[in-house]
Amino acid sequence: MKQLLLGMLMLSLASAVFATNIEVYKFDSPQQERDYKALTAELRCLVCQNQDIADSNAELAQDMRHKVYQMLKQGKSKQQIVDFMVQRYGDFVRYKPPFEARTVVLWVGPFLIFALAMFFMLRAISRGRAHEERAELSEEQISHAADLLEQRSGKSTD
Amino acid sequence: MNKAVIPLAIFLALAGLFFYVLQQMGEGEYNPRDIPTEFIGRSAPAFTLSSLFDANEQVRSEDYKGRPWLLNVWGTWCPECWREHPYLLTLKARGIPIVGIDWRDTREEGKAMLQQNGNPFVAVGFDPDSQMAIDWGVYGAPETFLIDAEGVIRAKHKGALNEQSWQEKFAKWFEDKK
Repeated sequence: MKQLLLGMLMLSLASAVFATNIEVYKFDSPQQERDYKALTAELRCLVCQNQDIADSNAELAQDMRHKVYQMLKQGKSKQQIVDFMVQRYGDFVRYKPPFEARTVVLWVGPFLIFALAMFFMLRAISRGRAHEERAELSEEQISHAADLLEQRSGKSTD
Repeated sequence: MNKAVIPLAIFLALAGLFFYVLQQMGEGEYNPRDIPTEFIGRSAPAFTLSSLFDANEQVRSEDYKGRPWLLNVWGTWCPECWREHPYLLTLKARGIPIVGIDWRDTREEGKAMLQQNGNPFVAVGFDPDSQMAIDWGVYGAPETFLIDAEGVIRAKHKGALNEQSWQEKFAKWFEDKK
């Protein structure tokens, strides 16, 4: 019993330690909180590049979240905050790059490659068919082939 | 040409390409973690930070207008910064003004490092919560910026500075200080 109590005490202490790591932000409105969640999911963590800043525990990501929070509190719009970050970290900071002349290859490229692959595959298939059709035999040839086969099996039974 | 050779040729071409790119990466090109800087040719964002040495003193970017200067973002938690440190001291010896930013650090550790290894900076701003760092698009340390006499950012280097990167990117702005 004593050990159980001790264990429980230790567990609760451990969770208290973790709790200090969680950021608590107070928002003026539910809309502001939604904006905060949307923004932190849209901005990329520059340190661990495959995470958004909402997801990342990197220190820079924490500070960027804080910056987003501060700017929302100042009444900045979502677009203003994204622009602020893009101005400093470039388009790379956005998980979804904008569609523009510079990024056309990025957006259209995969579909183009897919279309090309389909084209070559279909062509290969239809060629294969044409080949099969040409391979059709006349009856004369078939009976000749049958004769040959018979001869051969006759030999092998000798 | 025999058809069977085509896949082999494609394979060899790709292998050659990959080898070339890997080689270049070893020399600092095509780094997938590199983020192109947005700041070259833009005027430097102003900052006002408290000094690392004295919380009541301020380090302000506008105090350095009128001549080219370097801004070096570092932290005692960053191994590359320790590696870079001796080189910064040689730049100081050549008379290059470097303003340091001690980023995401504690005052004690920042001061202790400079005491131990020497201080290459004309002033050190203290930025524990990335105020200045985010404003300047900093995402790692060390990062070094060159700001010209008019306050425009002319060059940026990510990672430890050495003689080679200095000659490539920065030396021409300090022609009088060889």
